[in-house]
Amino acid sequence: MHILDFNKLSLRDINKTLQGSDKNSFFSIRNPKGSHALAVGINKKITVEVVGSVGYYCAGMNKFSDIKVEGSAGPGLGENMMSGNIHVTGDVSQYAGASGHGGSILVDGNASSRCGISMKGVDIIVKGNVGHMSAFMAQRGNLVIFGDAGHALGDSIYEANIYVAGEVASLGADCIEKKMTKKHLSNLENILSNAYVSDYNPDTFRRFGSARSLYNFNVDNAKIY
Amino acid sequence: MCGIVGLFAKKENISTNLGVHLSKMLESMSDRGPDSAGLAIYGKPLASKTKITVQSGSPKHDFQKLKKFLSAKKEISFSFKIHSTHAVIKLDVKQKGQVTKLINDTFPNLRILSVGKKMEIYKEIGKPAEVVKRFAIAKMKGSHGIGHTRMATESAVTTLGAHPFSTGEDQCLVHNGSLSNHNSLRRELIRKEMTFETENDSEVAASFITYKMNSGKTLKEALESALVELDGFYTFVVGTENGFGVLRDPIACKPAVLAETPDYVAFGSEYRALTSLPEIEKAKVWEPEPATVYFWGH
Repeated sequence: MHILDFNKLSLRDINKTLQGSDKNSFFSIRNPKGSHALAVGINKKITVEVVGSVGYYCAGMNKFSDIKVEGSAGPGLGENMMSGNIHVTGDVSQYAGASGHGGSILVDGNASSRCGISMKGVDIIVKGNVGHMSAFMAQRGNLVIFGDAGHALGDSIYEANIYVAGEVASLGADCIEKKMTKKHLSNLENILSNAYVSDYNPDTFRRFGSARSLYNFNVDNAKIY
Repeated sequence: MCGIVGLFAKKENISTNLGVHLSKMLESMSDRGPDSAGLAIYGKPLASKTKITVQSGSPKHDFQKLKKFLSAKKEISFSFKIHSTHAVIKLDVKQKGQVTKLINDTFPNLRILSVGKKMEIYKEIGKPAEVVKRFAIAKMKGSHGIGHTRMATESAVTTLGAHPFSTGEDQCLVHNGSLSNHNSLRRELIRKEMTFETENDSEVAASFITYKMNSGKTLKEALESALVELDGFYTFVVGTENGFGVLRDPIACKPAVLAETPDYVAFGSEYRALTSLPEIEKAKVWEPEPATVYFWGH
């Protein structure tokens, strides 16, 4: 294990070390003090633990690596991540997992507004509540919420699945409750078991998704564009 | 962008070091607001006294003249302390009206930044580190204080465009965001005899809250009516004689973090603003909900 300490190293040095490290390395980052853009742009399988809370855009564009934050994270956690796993033991701020293509994000606490905005395949699991406009224009992937969801959940959603165990303040445009089929139940169980989450009752979850009434694109018209 | 900080002391170990903590917090928000900075500090109230904080662009000349002018008025007893471009005049509460009128009528170059039993406002253009040094904020004590670092977007970088804006005696407001209906609201408030010093949108928010409270609303009610009538983005922190309040607009894209320990309640635009506080690792840290009024008071 390599220790990288913010009391001794700059953010740029730490990110450079992480990005240039060998596959399967293990780093422990100390004293992050809410720093922005920590552990961004990693594109190999390494393990990073961050002891303390981080600021904006932590683990953005992540590919392959496993990143654990023992604390809370500011806005834009794991923005546009491609693969790998991010685990935050505290809360996360706005737009966690925004436009994420793949991989998974696990939040033990609450997520703030716009969680999973424009998500494109990432799985996001929030053990607490999520704020308003979560999964806004979500295209693919799964948002699993153990607590409550704020207003306008899934507004203008395309094809992602939203699973909620708590209350939903309100649904956004074109988002409806859907039947929890066997296929979706096993999808939910898969997502949770991949993230090593086992303490839950699958029967408490409801499923939400797109009514597809806002779809105006017709493939026959493609040649016009 | 802009950065906001706030600190409310529950115990003496925080209030005796309030200025030190607020200075560090404000400096940490330099990236969010490098063009100007300001603070409102709530010190110990003196029995039947009030404080007037005035600011001048040419302090050496103006403050000497003002001091001489006030000394010539035998009926006024006062103390006068200069902090760089600001001066704090302490005087009997009964003479408050007379002296503010005298300053406004006789000294057009002086601006009254605040009036109150506890509150003093310090603000200037320049980097936050320079501003806190200029006023020796680190030496100040108090029960609570709020601060702001500004990145000007819709009006000029001037001393008067810096925050906090006083919203009445012992009351002030700092703002991160931008209001879209401030021009029409300003016109409306001018018709209701409110006065303005700048073209700044945040001054309109401050004036709006003052107007509401002057017409008998509580701070909570005034902030709730802000939710209805102010259009735009905002995270507000308001300081009062007893404490501070927080309000975010319903969309809440302007950041805000709160932290509470048995010793203090702290506000920061980012977590970075709070990392210099004692025992922050053990604090309860959370993000205030949109469209919800929070308040801590002594």
